[in-house]
Amino acid sequence: MEKFLLKYFTLIRVIIAIIIGIVISVFLIYLVSEEPAFSLRSFLLGPFLTRSRLAHVFETASPIIFCGLAIAVAFQAKQFNVGAEGSLYLGAVVATAFGVSTNMPAFIHIPLVLLVGGLAGAAWSFIPGILKARWNASELVSSLMLNYVAFFLGLYLINFHFRDKEAGFLVSYQLPETAWLPQFIPDTRIHYGIILAIVAAVLVYYFMYHTTTGYEIRCTGFNERFARFGGINVFKVIILCQVILGFLSGFGGTTEIMGIHRRFVWQSSPGYGWDGVIVAIIGRNHPLLIIPAAFFLSYMRVGGRVLNLMSDVPAEMITVIQSIIILLITAEAFLSQWKYRITLRQAELGGAA
Amino acid sequence: MNPLLQSILSAEFGFAIFRVMTPLLFAAIGVSISNLAGTINISMEGTMLVSAFVGVIVSAFTNSLILALLAGVASGVAMGAILSYFHLQLKANVILAAIALNIFATGITVFLLFIASGDKGSSSSLRSLLFPEVHIPLIRSIPVLGTIVSGHNIMTYGAFLAVFVFYIITFKTPLGLRIRAVGQSPDAAESVGINVNRTRMWALMLSGFFGAFGGLYLSMGYVSWFARDMTAGRGWIAIAAATLGGYMPLGTFLASLLFGAVNALAIYLASLQIPSELITLIPYAATVIALTIYSAQALKKRTRKVGEARRVGKITDIKEIEESS
Repeated sequence: MEKFLLKYFTLIRVIIAIIIGIVISVFLIYLVSEEPAFSLRSFLLGPFLTRSRLAHVFETASPIIFCGLAIAVAFQAKQFNVGAEGSLYLGAVVATAFGVSTNMPAFIHIPLVLLVGGLAGAAWSFIPGILKARWNASELVSSLMLNYVAFFLGLYLINFHFRDKEAGFLVSYQLPETAWLPQFIPDTRIHYGIILAIVAAVLVYYFMYHTTTGYEIRCTGFNERFARFGGINVFKVIILCQVILGFLSGFGGTTEIMGIHRRFVWQSSPGYGWDGVIVAIIGRNHPLLIIPAAFFLSYMRVGGRVLNLMSDVPAEMITVIQSIIILLITAEAFLSQWKYRITLRQAELGGAA
Repeated sequence: MNPLLQSILSAEFGFAIFRVMTPLLFAAIGVSISNLAGTINISMEGTMLVSAFVGVIVSAFTNSLILALLAGVASGVAMGAILSYFHLQLKANVILAAIALNIFATGITVFLLFIASGDKGSSSSLRSLLFPEVHIPLIRSIPVLGTIVSGHNIMTYGAFLAVFVFYIITFKTPLGLRIRAVGQSPDAAESVGINVNRTRMWALMLSGFFGAFGGLYLSMGYVSWFARDMTAGRGWIAIAAATLGGYMPLGTFLASLLFGAVNALAIYLASLQIPSELITLIPYAATVIALTIYSAQALKKRTRKVGEARRVGKITDIKEIEESS
């Protein structure tokens, strides 16, 4: 038992953090709700109770997986680029613009629009990358500022150039049907984006752990000076990981537009980029762990929405819980005493045998 | 004359710069002081948000400006204390922990706002007090100068005072000396008996202290309500301003003034026939550009230093220079 605890210590720590988060949410619900039992049920079981809500968990998970992967690649190189939000937004805008103004058969149109979205995101994320690599400008601050710039730039493009004036509110023209990502489960909006997201996670895993470039990225994050002395082109790595970040998030945003809305609808930033940061932290930057982490977050998001609709507890409680969970996960020393005691006992046992 | 140019050259524009600069300056001082101790505090966005919220709520329910001020400042210090606890005691990465705190601030303020007022967008249903405006006698009647300098919110004058306080703390008190020592070389500081963690804790709490004033000004001076995410990236612009100012009192002040001018300019440009989206993004884009230029300069200076040191054969370890500059 103790050996098992030791082996999976990090995972167990994450699970304990999540449990603490949920306990706090129960506490908060009892504190503010008039009918706490009902609210609690809406929050924890709500996402499973109807078919459309369960589908919603899957729909929301796919852009979050993409953004989580994106952030994880950059974080593994210790590049604190949080620009997934901006790349996702602008990528989706550019892909929509490209999609509505071109016409071709679906089998090329779909991949092409996706690619344009990814490339636009990558190009946007190249900016903080080059600024960091060339001039040592903090990628954290610049990517954040660029998130705002991307948002207003995207809004401008949609509002002044691709706005569907007959729709009555600020949305783009509808994408031609050839650029729709098919929904494959009847009566839900679950589309191929989720499959693409899982494929992407596997690809990113392979890239990070089984290719030289992936090794270089991880090595740079582990110790930049060592990487430099070892002959790794750190300049390239810093730019590359941020370009990958932009590509994945732009791609992810585009799948959501093509699969669910079929036109650009985001009048405010959808927040998936920040969810990506949360998921990368929960999944400890491991591409495959991003998937369950994203599903968990998506479940909480949907739970929050149900809570908002059905009870008197505002959905923002979820944000509070999320932040507490990631605070506990990032706290390296959280439960380290416990681990230390187990290690010590194990060592003593080993010595006696 | 061009009407835009005319309005920019007017005294009102000078007034607007100070008005817009105030929250940035408070936050930038906060960022600077934590940075001097060697821990970057990027939770300024959240700190300002929380104290802006606490200020409005406390003033609406107690009708006391003093209590609102105290509570707002206390909440800012608490944010700094939480960050320092997680970073220094629980060994969390300071950037990730601060990101978590920022997310926490966005959530908790809207959550509590809804409970207090039943509204998720803004606190317009609550009556918040305002910090008073100050008209300086004598100076107010001087033509141009009077318009620019007099009649500001008391917090704006407080921001100027804060620059001075920041200077005193950093250079004239034992704590400031310890903060700078810890920032330059934690090991050396430790070896002469300075408690590194405790010093950083003080620095982070001071950082929250200054940031809190920025937040309070936003909701109780700049406007008279709390709105969700009302900081709108000011906490991040403040980080850029602090970097640009070299984390020093005068530099931080000048950099904040620069960003204040850009922001004020964007407000004035809004009267032109340019789409508002493009105007709104100017301050953010300008921040990226300014940050890059500054970083490029700093990098050039550093490489030159390394080059010289190599030539003289004095220092061979780049790390030493990297850490000293």
